[in-house]
Amino acid sequence: MNRTLPILTVVAAIIALWYGAAIQLNKPWALDKAARAGTELSFSEMVTDTWSQKKPKLPVPHQVGAELWKTTGEMVAKGRGFSKRSLIYHSWVTFSATMLGFLLGTGLGIALAVGIVYNRTMDMSVMPWVIASQTIPILAIAPMIIVVLNAVGISGLLPKAMISMYLSFFPVVVGMVKGLRSPSAMQLDQMRTWNASASQTFWRLRLPSSMPYLFTSLKIAMAASLVGAIVGELPTGAVAGLGARLLAGSYYGQTIQIWSALIMAATLAAVLVGIIGLLQRITLKRMGMA
Amino acid sequence: MSEQAVIRAENLSLTFQTNDGPVHALKDVNLEVQKGDFVSFIGPSGCGKTTFLRVMADLEQQTGGTITVNGVSPEEARKSRAYGYVFQAAGLYPWRTIGGNIRLPLEIMGYEKSDQDARVRKVLELVELAGFEKKFPWQLSGGMQQRASIARALAFDADLLLMDEPFGALDEIVRDHLNEQLLQLWDTTHKTICFVTHSIPEAVYLSTKIVVMSPRPGRIADVIESTLPRERPLEIRDTPEFIEIAHRVRDGLRAGHGDDV
Repeated sequence: MNRTLPILTVVAAIIALWYGAAIQLNKPWALDKAARAGTELSFSEMVTDTWSQKKPKLPVPHQVGAELWKTTGEMVAKGRGFSKRSLIYHSWVTFSATMLGFLLGTGLGIALAVGIVYNRTMDMSVMPWVIASQTIPILAIAPMIIVVLNAVGISGLLPKAMISMYLSFFPVVVGMVKGLRSPSAMQLDQMRTWNASASQTFWRLRLPSSMPYLFTSLKIAMAASLVGAIVGELPTGAVAGLGARLLAGSYYGQTIQIWSALIMAATLAAVLVGIIGLLQRITLKRMGMA
Repeated sequence: MSEQAVIRAENLSLTFQTNDGPVHALKDVNLEVQKGDFVSFIGPSGCGKTTFLRVMADLEQQTGGTITVNGVSPEEARKSRAYGYVFQAAGLYPWRTIGGNIRLPLEIMGYEKSDQDARVRKVLELVELAGFEKKFPWQLSGGMQQRASIARALAFDADLLLMDEPFGALDEIVRDHLNEQLLQLWDTTHKTICFVTHSIPEAVYLSTKIVVMSPRPGRIADVIESTLPRERPLEIRDTPEFIEIAHRVRDGLRAGHGDDV
């Protein structure tokens, strides 16, 4: 259980590097400013300046932390936790698209996998298309999905969720095809000796056997789904969501806002993947498969 | 008496088509197994003993000749759930308890819930695993798992038990014990048992009839009717009669090999 020290060491090293890099990257602007004002900066004055600029090239951790606090905890304390300026609100918007896309993607992935395992025609034909679908850059088709769905009167949460689904069904198909095929020839023969029907074999043998594969796929699918939701917010002029915050931040050079949105997205992904990991541990332990 | 035949094979052949040409797994096999027999199939690997068992179970189809199980085709016999099959590995589902594993075929076959419970209890007692119903497979030793898998094959009403080297992966001490138990089980349940093995003592100890097979092509080299009494303590293996039968089996195996070279 002595993992704390190594982890803290690495974190400390990253933060030290981060502060160091901020000095280098933000120094030209600090020196420029001083030159125009006709003053000479001492080293410590220069460092203080690079760590506290309003629009730095690289904001330092305490600036990002302060911005995060200002847009989350502080707003909750003021009772405005869900206002449009709160990062909690934007995270919620992205989170709901992520979850809907994740559920749709998981459903589609499992359905395709069942088709591939049980239907010879699908086995021969579907997989190449599934793989081809992932070679298309998501940024290229995201606007088209939004435009097409808008034309048929679908807007709001669903178009973003569709982009999430597009990214998240892939790992589920691949994992579930392998999982549903994981029972041994002996186990399948055994079902045959009992004259079990296809659906009995599916529910009692194939599906339970696929659980370890499913959970591994779901972790990847969840992360992909979050990326999909953020990407879905970028090219569409969305006004809410972490993607919209990233875009707005880059329009106005608000690097601190960008970084805080990024940290928020990373935290959200870590929490969601962590929850699936927990479900995986509990389920597989109860099934005697861990 | 031939109406009583549980298995009847006439000129049974099975040829697998492989990239290296045809493989004759079984060629012109003739055999009758009577109700209540304990028949062992013994021979070196590749002699078709497992293939023969799989044909009886409709897990493979013959390419020539005829075979009936309980007077009907293996497919009909399988669909009417006429036999229980025990594989070399116990193959218990880790996510089901021992009771749940034994209940599995009963669920599939649509037995009543109360009937399921009664049957699970009965077969667990038969294989001396009473009290282990709620345990999970990983909590049991290899021998106990194999006993549970035999219980699973006994749980439904099949008079025929097909066993494919069920004790092959177990150590000799456990094996002796299970052999003894299996004989008791056969005696109390009056089932017909077809048993694949490659151990001569096991075959002689268990069987009323020993079918010696030889490879390339897979065929029957000799059929030996055992003269041992039904009642068989483990010590019977030291009697001259036992050694005599074992000797005949060994001769049969050697003769089968002799054809080859």
